[in-house]
Amino acid sequence: MQATTSTHTEAAHSHEHHHDPGFLRAYVFSTDHKVIGIQYGFTALAFLLFGFLLMMCMRWQIAKPGEAMPVVGKLLESLLGDVAKGGVISPDLYNAFGAMHGTIMVFLAVVPLAFAAFGNYVVPLQIGAVDMAFPRVNMASYQCFAVGGVIMFVSFFIPGGAAQGGWTSYSPLATIIPTNGQTFWLIGMVFLITSSLLGAVNFIATVIQLRAPGMTWLRMPFFVWTQFVTAFILLLAFPPLEAAGILQLIDKVLGSSFFIPTGLVVSGKPYDVSGGGSPLLWQHLFWFLGHPEVYVLILPAMGVVGEIVACNTRKPLWGYKSLVYSVLAVGFISFIVWAHHMYLTGMGTKISTFFQTTTMIISIPSVIILTCLFMSLWGGSIRFNTPMLFALAFLPMFGIGGLTGLPLGFNFSDLHLHDSYYVIAHFHYVVAPGTIFALFAGVYFWYPKMTGRYMSETLGKIHFWGSLIGMNLVFMPMFFQGLYGMSRRMSDGGATYALTNTANEGVVTAFTGTVMKLNVFVTHAAVLLLIAQVPFIINVFMSMFNGRKVESDNPWDATTLDWQTPTPPPHGNFAKEIIVHRGPYEYSVPGHPTDFTPQNAPDPKAAK
Amino acid sequence: MEIPYTVKPRPDTGLYNAKLGIWLFLASEVMLFGGLFSSYILLRVGADLWPHGMLNIPIGTFNTFVLIASSVTVVMSWASLKLGKLDAFKKYMALTILCALGFLSVKSFEYHAKFTHYDVWFKDAATAEKYFKAAYGEEKGVEAARKLFVERFHLHNTKATYDANQVQIGGHIEGDPLCATLKKLLAAKKETIQFTPDAPFGTHDHPKPIEVKLSDVIRLSSYVPSHSTYFAIYFTITALHGLHVLGGAIVLTYFLLTADKWWKKNPEQLANRVEVGGLFWHFVDLVWIFLFPVLYLL
Repeated sequence: MQATTSTHTEAAHSHEHHHDPGFLRAYVFSTDHKVIGIQYGFTALAFLLFGFLLMMCMRWQIAKPGEAMPVVGKLLESLLGDVAKGGVISPDLYNAFGAMHGTIMVFLAVVPLAFAAFGNYVVPLQIGAVDMAFPRVNMASYQCFAVGGVIMFVSFFIPGGAAQGGWTSYSPLATIIPTNGQTFWLIGMVFLITSSLLGAVNFIATVIQLRAPGMTWLRMPFFVWTQFVTAFILLLAFPPLEAAGILQLIDKVLGSSFFIPTGLVVSGKPYDVSGGGSPLLWQHLFWFLGHPEVYVLILPAMGVVGEIVACNTRKPLWGYKSLVYSVLAVGFISFIVWAHHMYLTGMGTKISTFFQTTTMIISIPSVIILTCLFMSLWGGSIRFNTPMLFALAFLPMFGIGGLTGLPLGFNFSDLHLHDSYYVIAHFHYVVAPGTIFALFAGVYFWYPKMTGRYMSETLGKIHFWGSLIGMNLVFMPMFFQGLYGMSRRMSDGGATYALTNTANEGVVTAFTGTVMKLNVFVTHAAVLLLIAQVPFIINVFMSMFNGRKVESDNPWDATTLDWQTPTPPPHGNFAKEIIVHRGPYEYSVPGHPTDFTPQNAPDPKAAK
Repeated sequence: MEIPYTVKPRPDTGLYNAKLGIWLFLASEVMLFGGLFSSYILLRVGADLWPHGMLNIPIGTFNTFVLIASSVTVVMSWASLKLGKLDAFKKYMALTILCALGFLSVKSFEYHAKFTHYDVWFKDAATAEKYFKAAYGEEKGVEAARKLFVERFHLHNTKATYDANQVQIGGHIEGDPLCATLKKLLAAKKETIQFTPDAPFGTHDHPKPIEVKLSDVIRLSSYVPSHSTYFAIYFTITALHGLHVLGGAIVLTYFLLTADKWWKKNPEQLANRVEVGGLFWHFVDLVWIFLFPVLYLL
């Protein structure tokens, strides 16, 4: 036990540091999985904030259609020109912000944070590996990601602005918008897809090849399992979107008609292309990635929550094997549910029925995972620290997100709910107070390992309660707006279809005052949510210098291998050879002197 | 810090890292080309008219054999390394790269021929028939154009009917401009073009050039992606495949040029690298084995 709790940084450093890498080699072009993980982490957090700020601009426009945005409006006008004339966000700009909010949040913020950042930093540590299997491929993965991010970011400032066709980029709309935003989007996506392909190959190879001696498959921490399955999803689901992206790019640049039907009329004129393409083809290719992508967003989050719950309840995860098999099941089934996004495309009732059935089936393993995590709490001596609070909040929030998905998965109820604010509320409950809470939990949990200092608990708790309340006030009202039939893509928040608009007098389906007032309410709640993130930002930077120092290499008294390293782990990770003797969650084993037994601690009986 | 199993296989998986890595990469490549093949199927099934016989089968067959030969030589080069024969490795690897370059050269000639071959659609049926007569003779002109159209789209197999409005005339423009369009020609202040129509069906005798007034034309396109979804998917898949051939050839060339250095340093790792490169090369060949029948023969 002594060896694992004292700091032994010196021993690890002695034989590694005969050549001191320069700043560029150590921080920019590093091949160390931990540095790459942190690079991904900071880039992704920056994009997370940026995506959120785009949404704040859109919320203003929804609450106060046609009114100039205070403070930011002037800045937008000077940066972007006429689309933000007088500080008012024009419908075109709203569309661009909407498309880019989705793109940035999914492809540049949450997936890189959940998969690439935590996966890179934690997975090799948890399986007892010195690094990833292909360190240079790993570096290339981050660089492709960075280039993709830059292309997406730059597209805001080109003439005509960023892509406006929604994050789903449905053709023909995305193709016929005459500006170049979509072209930038597609090229950016090709880089991002390449990046995730390189990452996925690396993760799978690392988990299969580099597990420490004794680390059998069913001794792997739950988090490693979730990352392993996520990597397979990325590996196999992303390429069809790359194919689709290439086809749309050729449509856009070379004027072909993969997704343009015959006889398309745009603005009253026949669209001058050969025709003969299929808009449905784009949707199939897109959602073939798009739905597995949802599980890419959620599985790593479940893994993080699993680790934190086990450690902070001081007992093993309930039903470890059920969790593992459920994650595998989710991984497989996620490939055959995609067309439940397309019930309203007219693809036919037989296909709809098939996808409705598979969609209901995939909810079974998802519920098993959530149930196991809930059951794990039973009888635990729970430590309510900040990571645990976020992990605990994940459970009911993801539950709401998941259960509200069922009416969307049934094609008869989807007829009414499709493309409404209900959909927005549903998937944001899954991703925002679901996944993002889990990721916050992960940041608070692994921060002491990365820096050797704790994050502030006080700021953490302010962040937690502010976010929990803010998230619910933002997204709960959207369920009601959606049930009232408010469409999700209106830049004026539905004012055109409101009773307050005199043109709609006597129209039964027009939005009542209550529905419209919720727009303003939600915008206020979003401001609260933004303010609640300030303590987090301060916390991340301040704690690097002022945070309480960790007392040992294993500050949470955890069992998994990531805590059996020096702090922060040096290049090469472990100070001594790792041999795994037991499963990942041996907490509170009766008769044991401590309430945790690290995976690499020798068997006490064998030691005698 | 040493990453384990970079050269020697891990006992329980029987693989060294790179070999697993390339198999995973190829799995994702299967999904990439799978997506494109699925698109091909969906576009073709959904199309009213789908052309046949647009590509040169003898040339395609030749290229197929070139690639299959390169698959053999790349295995021989790997086997030579395993047998300790560096010179034989170099010979076979050089042959492989030559095959790759040969394939790409042939493909670029095929592409060039397509970029200079045009279809012209006329503003109405009467105008179209006027040009058909000018091209193929007063009496048999309309029938010859109809025959070409019916044969190209296999209309005798389908329910679609012949419509003079849709019928185009294929051929070459004088001076063989590359990828010209109606818009570009009009922008260049052209009013007429000298057009050499294709030979009538079943013959190789090109008719004499005819003069086509651009004011009679509603659409003019060389065989490029914007011509039709057929050419769009043909160029997309074959160009992506061509990029894979090129990428593979570059990597194999690198192995060849650095072989001496690696042979001294670690011959087993050199053999492993060639094996991994060879696996990729086989995949590239395999894609072509699917592409050739799908695009040339079906």
